[in-house]
Amino acid sequence: MADLVSHPDEVKVVSKRFGLGATEIDRYLELDGYKAVRKALGMAPESIIAEVKDSGLRGRGGAGFNTGLKWSFVPKQSPKPKYILCNGDESEPGTCKDRLIFEHDPHSVIEGVTIAGLAVGAHVGYIYIRGEYRYLSEIMQKAIRQAYARGFLGKNILGSGFDFDVYWHGGAGAYEVGEESALMESLEGKRGIPRIRPPFPAVVGLWGGPTVINNAETLASVPHILLGGAEWYAKLGTPKNGGTRLFCLSGRLNRPGVYELPMGYNLKKMIYDVGGGMAQGHTLKAVVPGGSSTPLLTREEIDVPMDFDSLMKVGSMLGSGGVVIVDDSACMVKFALRIMSFYQHESCGWCIPCREGTDWLKKTLTRFHSGGGVRKDIDDLQYLSENMLGRTFCPLGDAAAMPTISIVKKFRKEFEDHLDGKPCPLEKAEAIERSPVMA
Amino acid sequence: MRFSEPFEQRFQEMASHYPTRRSLLVPTLLYAQDEVGFLSDEVVAEIARRVELTELEVRNVISYYSMLTTQPRGKYNVQVCTNIACLLMGGEEILDRCRLKLGIREKETTPDGLFSLEEVECMGACCWAPAVQVNYDFHEHLTPQKMDQILDQYTKKGTERRR
Repeated sequence: MADLVSHPDEVKVVSKRFGLGATEIDRYLELDGYKAVRKALGMAPESIIAEVKDSGLRGRGGAGFNTGLKWSFVPKQSPKPKYILCNGDESEPGTCKDRLIFEHDPHSVIEGVTIAGLAVGAHVGYIYIRGEYRYLSEIMQKAIRQAYARGFLGKNILGSGFDFDVYWHGGAGAYEVGEESALMESLEGKRGIPRIRPPFPAVVGLWGGPTVINNAETLASVPHILLGGAEWYAKLGTPKNGGTRLFCLSGRLNRPGVYELPMGYNLKKMIYDVGGGMAQGHTLKAVVPGGSSTPLLTREEIDVPMDFDSLMKVGSMLGSGGVVIVDDSACMVKFALRIMSFYQHESCGWCIPCREGTDWLKKTLTRFHSGGGVRKDIDDLQYLSENMLGRTFCPLGDAAAMPTISIVKKFRKEFEDHLDGKPCPLEKAEAIERSPVMA
Repeated sequence: MRFSEPFEQRFQEMASHYPTRRSLLVPTLLYAQDEVGFLSDEVVAEIARRVELTELEVRNVISYYSMLTTQPRGKYNVQVCTNIACLLMGGEEILDRCRLKLGIREKETTPDGLFSLEEVECMGACCWAPAVQVNYDFHEHLTPQKMDQILDQYTKKGTERRR
């Protein structure tokens, strides 16, 4: 469905089977499929965890926590069953990579879930796929059936004495559910409202049992690490940022698409070389480096290695791999407004700073963009956003505040251009008057 | 209240996947909605019975998920993404074109019951923006002209089946 692209600088690990028909188990097996599970069955759980930890693999969903370390927090003995939960509720604006993994290589996710199960002593794994991805859920269901039929799942997998079941699960449209504790609530059949932590899911998760929750890309990377070795994988990236990751380049580029590049790949090179540079007639204004929740970078700030620590150093985040290129035709006030409308819509309403904050910010930005803003609003936007930071149960409040703060700080002039009753200087005449926001 | 054979098979199979009945709720609601068109009172009552919850609990969950609806919709639900990547590539122009062509605004249904329109959040098509989902089918790299053609195709498909 979605087009594949390629570039000579790519290092294909997770994407190495894309376009090769690996959704069929026979083809997957020809392409080294399920070899990593075989290997893991012969390893001690501690060795699997050590291997993943040493590889420097960090969560591809956005938080960037060391995956092996996360696994090591699961208690060895547990009176309640342990679970593996694969987060395929991909919905961070700018991100479309898990979609390709499910579409082209569903068995690698099943394999990653199984290896995680072996590592922490779980016997059940769930693969949660967002409701909008119906065709991917069908691909995954078929892959799971095939894996059972060949003895890679179920009782006594590959004659090892180890039982492991993998089930699919579907969402029904909710960004918030991509947050790990809300994801568990959703899988338990509830509203996706985050849980307060501690206790962390590794100790008290699904139905009260210890639960490992990893992004689909993270889990799809695991089999490659076990086969290639921690050292090989770590060396692909930069120190403490092992391996490669899928970067989703979008916006007015000549060659947008999902590219697998080593961690630490230079952002400027990514835009101008890999993405083919700006489309004719457009110049670069800003970059969203890792999905809508990450602070924006200006044109002057893009000479930066794309890894978790380097982005942190420049005051942003590597996030989910969604690199959105903002061109000169975009109004930054409107861009901030669109981001805020999203978070206002997706806020579960559980905690006040997020529920009220996103709503107030959306209303202010709407009024401001249409020319009804006053100078004080600019500081108020920043002040209110800063006061949301760290004051909510889950990171949705931060996700709404962080890009807003960066836009107000870095593009203040565009806000000033909207003052004194002036409507947006960049807005085109609209075909239909947009409905006023009365939320 | 009867659902299709594949629905029943899926429900039976899924029931063995979880330690609680309640976990069946979200996917089951969506599959039921796909069959009936919306979550009618009858559907809500039936699913509540099956997962051993009160109707109120089921409605509480329905109201949280943006794909679930208790109102009837058109046969083809046109969902236009206007989130950041699509916004930059002209998602709003696509939405405007859909409004003009269909003569409806968001959350409305055409009088013939064929189309309804929605402005939606990121659907994971950022690299192929602007994008629209009609029911579950993705349409990407859109222009207003392409959008017209796509809507024409669905009109044709929808009216042919009726005859």
